[in-house]
Parts: sequence; structure tokens; C-alpha cells
Amino acid sequence: MRITCPICGARDRREFYYMGAAVALDRPVPEADAAAWNAYIHERDNPAGLTRDLWYHEAGCGAWLVVTRDTISHEVHGVTLASDMRAGG
Amino acid sequence: MIDLVAKSPCADLLPLDIGTVTLTEVGPERMTSLAPYRGREAALATVLKQAHGVTWPAPNRATGRDGARALWFGQRMALLVGPAPDARLAAEAALSDQSDAWAVVTLTGPGARDVLARLTPLDLRPDRFKRGHTARSDLRHMMASITRLGADRYRIMVFRGFAETLVHDLRAAMERVAAR
Ligand SMILES: [Zn+2]
Repeated sequence: MRITCPICGARDRREFYYMGAAVALDRPVPEADAAAWNAYIHERDNPAGLTRDLWYHEAGCGAWLVVTRDTISHEVHGVTLASDMRAGG
Repeated sequence: MIDLVAKSPCADLLPLDIGTVTLTEVGPERMTSLAPYRGREAALATVLKQAHGVTWPAPNRATGRDGARALWFGQRMALLVGPAPDARLAAEAALSDQSDAWAVVTLTGPGARDVLARLTPLDLRPDRFKRGHTARSDLRHMMASITRLGADRYRIMVFRGFAETLVHDLRAAMERVAAR
């Protein structure tokens, strides 16, 4: 598996650390109710198909990446910098 | 009075000559990481050029020459190799002295690329990883900085504490390439 880092280019999966579903991008506000925080911390989908993960380019540039990929075909559909998504709202 | 002796990370381990490939230690040399403050990227590039004659490196690129070089070193970071950093740089960037933090070696000779290719997943084909290209990558599970300085000349850096592992892994790869 190869991931195309927006900074470094196409790199081997060994350079990356897998963080899991990209829920950290949708962190509830501090005042959110217990159900919202429960979902954020504990509830994960396990999709057969499109999924959105956070990966860390640990051995590369050090950027956090949002990777959209398909768990059935293993195709990677897109990679963006997590910092860009945060800046974009 | 105790006389402390400075030892380089690969002292007693290098140089190595195996087959057509040579592994030597680099340095000691001054190394400083430059991380521009937010919005100061252009100002830092100007000072770097004025003070050291070195262009700010784009991602995956190295600039300068022997004695004064800048290696792209990660997101929003470059490593100045050679000169003591000009004081004006500190107004534009966070500077950290890295001189003692890394084991630095040079791998040279025909077959150097074959040796390196056994240890890193980087695409090292000559038309992809050219002279003046650099990369942060994985080298046998060590976070490395790899720079192509010439046709068969690579600069390799890992954290100082991995010096022995670095030499061990490179030696094994050199022996295997030589045995083919
Ligand atoms: Zn990267």
C-alpha cells in the first residue's frame, strides 16, 4: 500500500502510523452532552467500503493526513493535510 | 583534572570498504534546524540567502554545497549544515542546535544505491531520486534523512543513539550486494 503525502509524494505504508477513523476532526464542543462525547470517544463505524482515516507521516515530513480509502478494494481515493481541513473549518 | 574526549557517534565503527562501496562518517559539523515562525517563511529565506548564500529548500530538496548546505528536513523545517547560524536567522525562525544529535554517514561508490535500496522503501531510481534530492524516510525502522549528493554518493542521517544499528544494517547490506 502506498499513500501520496501532499508534501512528500507517494510513499510506502511503512513510513506512516495509522491513527484510526478521522473523528478527531469533528470533536464535540466542551459543553456537548454526554451522548455526543460518548459517540466521539467510543463509537466507531466499521465500513465495508469508503472510510476516512487519520495517518501520521511519522518517518517522513511529520504531517497528519486525512486519507479517504476503500476497505474492500484498498484503493486510496484522496489524501489531504489535516491542518488544511482544520483551517478550512 | 578529568580530560573529557569528544567522540563522534560512529567512532570505532567506520570507515568500511566492502566490494565497490565505501561507508564513512561525516563530521563533526555544525547542524542547526530552522523552523520559520508563522508568516516569516519569506523573511527567513531572504536572511538565509544573504547570510549563508543558501536558498531555502523546497520539500524533498537540498540546496547549497559542501560546507554550507540546507536540507529540507520535514514539514516547515530545514537543516542548515556547515556554518554557525547567523544571528539574524533567530528573528525569523526557531533554531535548534542538532550537531550532536545525529549519526551522519556517507555511502559512496558503484552499488551504493543497491545497498540503500535494501534498507529503505524510498524510490531511489536515478531519474526519481536525483542529485540534490533529499527525503525523510524509513531506514530499517529508523527515521532517517537521506540525500543524494552525487551519482553514487548519499548522505544518511539517523538519531545518534542508532549509530551502531545504522552501521550494522549498512554493513550487512553492503556485504550482500558485494556477494551477488
Ligand atoms: Zn509527508
